[in-house]
Amino acid sequence: MSIRHSLLALLQGEPRYGYQLRGEFEDRTGATWPLNIGQVYTTLDRLERDGMVQKDGDDGEGHVIYSITEAGRAEVMGWFAKPVAQANPPRNELAIKLALALTIDGVDVAGVIQAQRKASMRSLQDYTRSRREAARSDDAAWLLVLDSLIFATEAELRWLDHCEGWMATHAKGAKSGADSKGLTHTNTETSVETMGAATR
Amino acid sequence: MSNEILQLEGVSRTYGEGATAVAALRNVNLAVSAGEFVAVMGPSGSGKSSLLTLSGGLDKATGGEVYVEGTPLGGLSINELARLRRRAVGYVFQDFNLVPTLTAAENVALPRELDGIPARKARRQAKDALRLVGIPELADRFMDQMSGGQQQRVAIARAIVGERRLILADEPTGALDSTTGDGILEVLRGRAEAGAAVVLVTHEARHAGWADRVVFLKDGRIVDEAAAQHDPSVLLTGSAH
Repeated sequence: MSIRHSLLALLQGEPRYGYQLRGEFEDRTGATWPLNIGQVYTTLDRLERDGMVQKDGDDGEGHVIYSITEAGRAEVMGWFAKPVAQANPPRNELAIKLALALTIDGVDVAGVIQAQRKASMRSLQDYTRSRREAARSDDAAWLLVLDSLIFATEAELRWLDHCEGWMATHAKGAKSGADSKGLTHTNTETSVETMGAATR
Repeated sequence: MSNEILQLEGVSRTYGEGATAVAALRNVNLAVSAGEFVAVMGPSGSGKSSLLTLSGGLDKATGGEVYVEGTPLGGLSINELARLRRRAVGYVFQDFNLVPTLTAAENVALPRELDGIPARKARRQAKDALRLVGIPELADRFMDQMSGGQQQRVAIARAIVGERRLILADEPTGALDSTTGDGILEVLRGRAEAGAAVVLVTHEARHAGWADRVVFLKDGRIVDEAAAQHDPSVLLTGSAH
């Protein structure tokens, strides 16, 4: 997340001081990414150094007001126009964990998947509940942030299903003897599926 | 105990006999209370649909017992079972299963009329149910005059008419686009909040996210369960990772 560009975008609306910027940011993103005030002031200092913002005196209560400069406006418009680069995939601890679990003997991979599935499902339940509340209060910005969290969590759960399916297929492809990871149930599963379809 | 609308005690369902027997459900224990929304997830063939048909008395357990509002289904005659289903259980299917030559209100009133309720009273109850699912104005429409989402609302109205308190939904959003599907889940959620016990079978995690409790089935067994935490602080800590 770019704090720098987020602060510039907020200053584009009107001049503000640090605490206001933090409050505004958290309101608009539903407090999903809490900012600490130190980060806000450090970022404002750097933006001032780079000519993107300037100090506009204080508000009479000792708060230093910042406003955006022309260079700052150009920077923030450039940020909006540019797609978020995925050149380096974000480090995904879960993917790394599963990749390692698959290759190391004695790890209960199915157990790792199920533990994650349960945790992710709980998050999804909580996001969905929050989304219903946000929909009632017509909070558009928060709603979109929640949608993003919901879709990302859904993708994670689908990927977990995919991993489990992949493991089952590979166990099937292996020799028919008992498998050390306890995946010999897959043949039974297929038969049950057939039966289920027949009775539907 | 009194608050439990649906209860499965050690329920098993085996198809076939001897060497070719296949167990669809194995010793399943599950209780769903009034006001509770439970989603059932699991891979194809894990027993999700069997769990639902047994819960609704559409099929009989080969082991254990299913209770609906405290009544054990195992000992009921076919007629008694049919009566209990009409009185207490509402089914919602993926493909709606509505009668095309009847209006929305007539479809919803049908199970009440079959139960011997006078037509006028049944029709009034049908209109109440259509109001609860948000489409009172569509009472006189035929199915070919309605969208998929509207038809599914009619099907839910039919499932809840006459204050049936157990709603069993088998992939009810399967044929709908995602926004319309969300509308259907909102209606199911609303019915749970009004006191019904709702059991939703789905393979879509996003839909299961609407439930209070998600039950994971695998090879006919309940292997895990996820309950909503109802804790707003998880949003701040990003517990998904």
